Amino acid sequence: MNTLFDKIWDSHIVHKVEDGPTQLYIDRLYCHEVTSPQAFDDLRSRGIKCLRPDKIYCMPDHNIPTKDQDKPIEEPVSRHQVETLTRNAHEFGLTHFGMKHPKNGIIHVVGPELGLTLPGMTIVCGDSHTSTHGAMGAVAFGIGTSEVGMVLASQCILQQKPKSMRINVEGTLGKGVTAKDVALYIISQMTTSGATGYFVEYAGSAIRSMSMESRLTLCNLSIEMGARGGMVAPDEVTFEYIKGREYAPKGEEWDKAVAYWKTLPSDADAIFDKEITFQAADIEPRVTYGTNPGMGIGITESVPAVETMPEAGQASYIKSLEYMGFSAGEKLEGHPIDYVFIGSCTNGRIEDFRAFAEIVKGHKKAENVVAWIVPGSWSVYRQIEEEGIADTLTAAGFELRQPGCSACLAMNEDKIPAGKYAISTSNRNFEGRQGQGARTILASPYVAAAAAITGKITDPRKFL
Amino acid sequence: MKKEKFNIIKDSCIPLPLENIDTDQIVPARFLKATTREGFGENLFRDWRFDEQGNKIESFVLNDPTYSGQILVAGKNFGSGSSREHAAWAIADYGFRVVVSSFFADIHKNNELNNFVLPVVVTEQFLKELFDSIYANPRTEVIVNLPEQTITNTATGKSETFEINAYKKHCLMNGLDDIDFLLSNKDKIESWEAAR
Repeated sequence: MNTLFDKIWDSHIVHKVEDGPTQLYIDRLYCHEVTSPQAFDDLRSRGIKCLRPDKIYCMPDHNIPTKDQDKPIEEPVSRHQVETLTRNAHEFGLTHFGMKHPKNGIIHVVGPELGLTLPGMTIVCGDSHTSTHGAMGAVAFGIGTSEVGMVLASQCILQQKPKSMRINVEGTLGKGVTAKDVALYIISQMTTSGATGYFVEYAGSAIRSMSMESRLTLCNLSIEMGARGGMVAPDEVTFEYIKGREYAPKGEEWDKAVAYWKTLPSDADAIFDKEITFQAADIEPRVTYGTNPGMGIGITESVPAVETMPEAGQASYIKSLEYMGFSAGEKLEGHPIDYVFIGSCTNGRIEDFRAFAEIVKGHKKAENVVAWIVPGSWSVYRQIEEEGIADTLTAAGFELRQPGCSACLAMNEDKIPAGKYAISTSNRNFEGRQGQGARTILASPYVAAAAAITGKITDPRKFL
Repeated sequence: MKKEKFNIIKDSCIPLPLENIDTDQIVPARFLKATTREGFGENLFRDWRFDEQGNKIESFVLNDPTYSGQILVAGKNFGSGSSREHAAWAIADYGFRVVVSSFFADIHKNNELNNFVLPVVVTEQFLKELFDSIYANPRTEVIVNLPEQTITNTATGKSETFEINAYKKHCLMNGLDDIDFLLSNKDKIESWEAAR
């Protein structure tokens, strides 16, 4: 009567500290340039090496520019951070896919697409969106830099076992409704702290019908309701996705792996600490109106009234609407926008660019809109070119940029100016997330595409 | 990083009664480019503390000399969002030893503990009364007693107990970190690998 989560967690316990945390073995550590330098210093200051360097993969993604990656990074502090990762990977003997390397990209896009992320694994990274990898049937979660140091040194981490939650989504998703809309809907129902302390398994017919990439989008956003992680039981969709990928098991090893993966789904009598069911039919294309991902509505709905918020939260709610320049009761459809960003570890995969192109094909980019089209990896970039999506984009007046985290958190030069509205397929609409004073509206690639060609918030179903 | 041993702290507080304060507010991404742990206190709550020209925003609580102390008191769901430990480094570097809230995001809570900042979870009622006490008298002191796991609002005399696991409590009180502990278990790691 074990859950998917229990099976993986329990099989990775090295040691239980009395009246304390569990020492958990980690199969895969991913490192990027922002949250790793101090962890490598921790090892240097102790004079120790990585215990299991073959289980660690490094790549820069947060700082790198989305143009001219063949040239050195202009901004000296960003350049230093990226170079520090290169040096650390070399010194500690770790695999490193540097800027412009054909395997470089956003770590949460690259891991699954190379087959480095596999079902049954424990995976960590100094990045909250590590929850993405859970879509493959792995236990994957974000950690702090001190914890990165623990894993570099010992291939283990100390963690309290989280509680378990199953979220079922039943039924068929409507036209123009994507995994992003499902996630934003769930987060708005749960609030940004509603799953804190829990590890979530997504289940139900709507999830089973999702492609692997859609599941990655869904699990990516688990952290936005506070969950330690999110996961989907591996099935034929998962196996089909993994088969043949570069680092995936091959031949006999493949058969053995699949046989093991098939044992992972939660047992029929598994008990969860909490279980919630949503109906796919209740979900429409969505947008956010506030400054956390839980503040979202269906595209045809209005911004909720202040009085509908709990009293202790009203001050934050008012501050949030002021920041966004929206009023309670206002409908957002038709509101002009200035920027469109498609990309990030949330929606930077090929399926997302196909969706974007499906809508912009035969149209022109609105003149008032600046659009940043940023693939999640070089592999996605190459596929965009090979499938002719790049031509569709060019014909519609869009420019394809080079891969990286880009405007999702604006650590490179892709910053939304103060006061400007951006429809963004990324994961966070926090104050200043995309640039000081920037106003972010989170949405799916369909909604982003409809906004990019009309210059305003538009229901994408009109174009589908 | 200073591993300052933790025992009992008695001090006044800085109130920040907003909910869902995310780590992007605690330290914005553009300040994450340093490769050491030092100096992040300067950028704690950067965009709430300073305008785009770098001038102090007088109305923000950290710029208000009425309030001071090593205890930050914040609304529900403190530290949500990004896993950046820089947020905990900024809090510690600014001089806070304790953060009190009715709810913390998981990753940030661990990051505080790993940096010898104690996250203290109190009830909504205790939090509300504490804000009231601080606004009535900004010199209101709070006693955080880690050995006893209690927090006391000296203005009302009310106390609550708070949770912390025994291992982490031991680490905080003795200035120990997790890498030392994990490496002392190397034989267990190797036997786990061998049994796989």
